[in-house]
Amino acid sequence: MTLREIVKILNATVCIGENHLDDEVTKAFASDLMSDVLTLKETPILITGLCNIQTIRTCDMACLQVVVFVRNKKPTEDMIELAEENDMILIGCEYSMFKTCGLLYEAGLNPLY
Amino acid sequence: MHQEYTVIEGDFVNAGVASSSVKKTLKQLNVNPQVVKRVVVALYEAEVNAIAHAYGGTVSVDIDPDKIRMVVADKGPGIPDIALAMQEGYSTARPEVRDMGFGAGMGLPNMQKNVDKLNVTSEVGVGTTVEMEVNFQ
Repeated sequence: MTLREIVKILNATVCIGENHLDDEVTKAFASDLMSDVLTLKETPILITGLCNIQTIRTCDMACLQVVVFVRNKKPTEDMIELAEENDMILIGCEYSMFKTCGLLYEAGLNPLY
Repeated sequence: MHQEYTVIEGDFVNAGVASSSVKKTLKQLNVNPQVVKRVVVALYEAEVNAIAHAYGGTVSVDIDPDKIRMVVADKGPGIPDIALAMQEGYSTARPEVRDMGFGAGMGLPNMQKNVDKLNVTSEVGVGTTVEMEVNFQ
């Protein structure tokens, strides 16, 4: 599915990366534990409630390009700046992690494992 | 090519600056992206450990045509039982480390999984040195 579809399903807002909304994604991983994210061999979108600079750094190291922040978490200026440097897409929604995962799974987004 | 970085205790905002810089260098050198990922994930884990558990330290990186050697040396409490620290799930991390998304006892095991050579030496009350090597081929 495209990121545009994800934004629509989650009634989300795009913080940065509007120009990537037609990019296709197939898999997602949900975690607040960055140590877990650092073990991934693939590059899914990340669904997380952890909103700090290390979320962005971890994605940079793990080569993940898309982050969906749940529960209305707003990235800070330094996070946005770092994400922009790495050509990332940051999306935010008000739904809980559970609901976010449920809606995207139902719509056909696949899990990693 | 030699690069050196300083790591400051508790400075989570800058955790990953060294790894990020190494990533850029390796990309410029056209190192295989899969290898770059293994290098920077391992180095980032080590960097976070030095910031989270020690009183700061240094990151030294030597890039040769065929491999990268990384040494993260911290001044800190040291690790009394390295075998125990290498076990997945064992952690002594403070709550603030966990708040940053780390401290699940996965750092050292994940370094091991990503590098070709890992050597951890530690002296209680003095510090810990993590030496890692990754071959480019």
